[in-house]
Amino acid sequence: MTDELAIRLRGAVKRYGPITAVDGLDLDVPVGTCVGLLGPNGAGKSTTMRLLTAQAIADEGEIEVLGFRLPRNSKAARAECGVVPQLDNLDVTLTVEQNLLVFSHLYRIPRAERKEAIERAVQMANLDARRHDKVDKLSGGMRRRLLIARALVHRPRLVLLDEPTVGLDPQVRQELWALIDALRSQGTTILMSTHYIEEAQRLADTVLIMSHGQGVANGPPADLVLEHAGREVIEVYGPPARLAEVQTEAAEAGLRTRRTGTSISILGVDANGHPFEGERRPANLEDVFVLLTGEEIE
Amino acid sequence: MSAVEARQLGRLERPAITGVLVRELVNFSSYWRASTFSSTVEPTIFGSLVSRVGGFPYVEFVGTGTVATAVLFSSAFPAMFGTFVKYKFQRTYDAILAAPVDTEELVTGEAIWIATRAGVYGCVPMIVAIFFGLDLSWGMLLVPLIGWLAGLGWANFGIMIAGFASSFENFNYVVSAVLTPLFLLAGTFFPLSTLPRWAQILGEINPLHQCVQLVRDAVFLNLSWVDLLRAGYLVLFALVLWRIAIHAMERKLID
Repeated sequence: MTDELAIRLRGAVKRYGPITAVDGLDLDVPVGTCVGLLGPNGAGKSTTMRLLTAQAIADEGEIEVLGFRLPRNSKAARAECGVVPQLDNLDVTLTVEQNLLVFSHLYRIPRAERKEAIERAVQMANLDARRHDKVDKLSGGMRRRLLIARALVHRPRLVLLDEPTVGLDPQVRQELWALIDALRSQGTTILMSTHYIEEAQRLADTVLIMSHGQGVANGPPADLVLEHAGREVIEVYGPPARLAEVQTEAAEAGLRTRRTGTSISILGVDANGHPFEGERRPANLEDVFVLLTGEEIE
Repeated sequence: MSAVEARQLGRLERPAITGVLVRELVNFSSYWRASTFSSTVEPTIFGSLVSRVGGFPYVEFVGTGTVATAVLFSSAFPAMFGTFVKYKFQRTYDAILAAPVDTEELVTGEAIWIATRAGVYGCVPMIVAIFFGLDLSWGMLLVPLIGWLAGLGWANFGIMIAGFASSFENFNYVVSAVLTPLFLLAGTFFPLSTLPRWAQILGEINPLHQCVQLVRDAVFLNLSWVDLLRAGYLVLFALVLWRIAIHAMERKLID
């Protein structure tokens, strides 16, 4: 890791009519790190991603990607970025290889290196046996792997992953995490938006929690948990009336709480003497998110 | 960055346009049979039906005139529907614009591809007409170029319409209120001189009519300085609609 920034946002604002999708966002992504944008649907994650490829133009603020000022020099920045979109936009009537061939041209890979680049991408996505199959014959997981391979065909310095595992079953998600993890260990800079806590916790060096277009907390997942939710949480189960009582008592004791259906979580209990009886568990990033934003997350 | 700093425009890079063309070419390999079939069968049936009307070789008139309509049908329609599908449903343009390609290059590449196809498919009615009695001439060599030029304008027209459209239904207005009248006022099936004066004036400003006349003058070796004006008119048509198409797609693709 270095102090050099692959992405630098300062006060980025993006409005759609009366809606402010990104609201004064600051974001630093150091070279060689994996940063997770964590937030619920509508938090502004995808808009932030679009700002970084100049497919959305900021109304205010400064954006730099790989040292290139956006939107003016976005094309130079995009040449060194790989983008994995949230929604599948592969050419479904083309084969795996043909999709990669098209993007090897779009990313201007020299003719002499094209074949090798496609081969590398096919192997990386583990699609060797399906290379001549049309995309509409592939499973959802294979298509997602191909999307990642397509984004990496030109060996980008920066990869933008917009909800890379959304809608996939747990097994496929694990496969993709291994793929992203391998990329990360090779030193590629990654910015990944997600609304999966586990994904952010597992893959990201640092996490920016977003809510309503703003960054509400930023740091390594473990530090965020420790800072905002302490080490341990007590879960108290009971009927609604009892939970309401516990909530009041916790508030009076200066403790923060989180309602989770049939229980209430009391945060930061490790630092306080307290009278609460319940199940102890380690605090996690989800506690932090709900605490800071008031929104539940998957 | 100023609050409203625009994404850089006005600089076309050959690798970006080539990338767009390669994508179209690779895709074409998966649907060329159906596309070629429909472009060939239609004029063949038409040619066999109208090769002689009232004992006269009507094929000379229609066989050359339908080159322009073939160009229209293989450029404006694919541009409208194809562009709309690619940005609205397939999100293909999102993928392309994430690569080092700008909207200007995307539109240019798409229009060049569609125009090239139109230039080729536009020749099919003429080739069919040759089989039904149209005499060969060296001027026929100009027909693909004329078809390409006219196809470029109509491709830009279709992309522009797709850029302004919010749904497929919007195309009905364009087909009924713009393309069908232009088709009828092109002088394809009957000379404009047989129409009322107002229709003749509309026909003269109709780019499709200029294409019809250029093709006929080339095939029958009647080329004159007027045809230079017609070609210039088609160039102007293509250029103006190119810029409007870029503007329309920029609005659609860049938030």
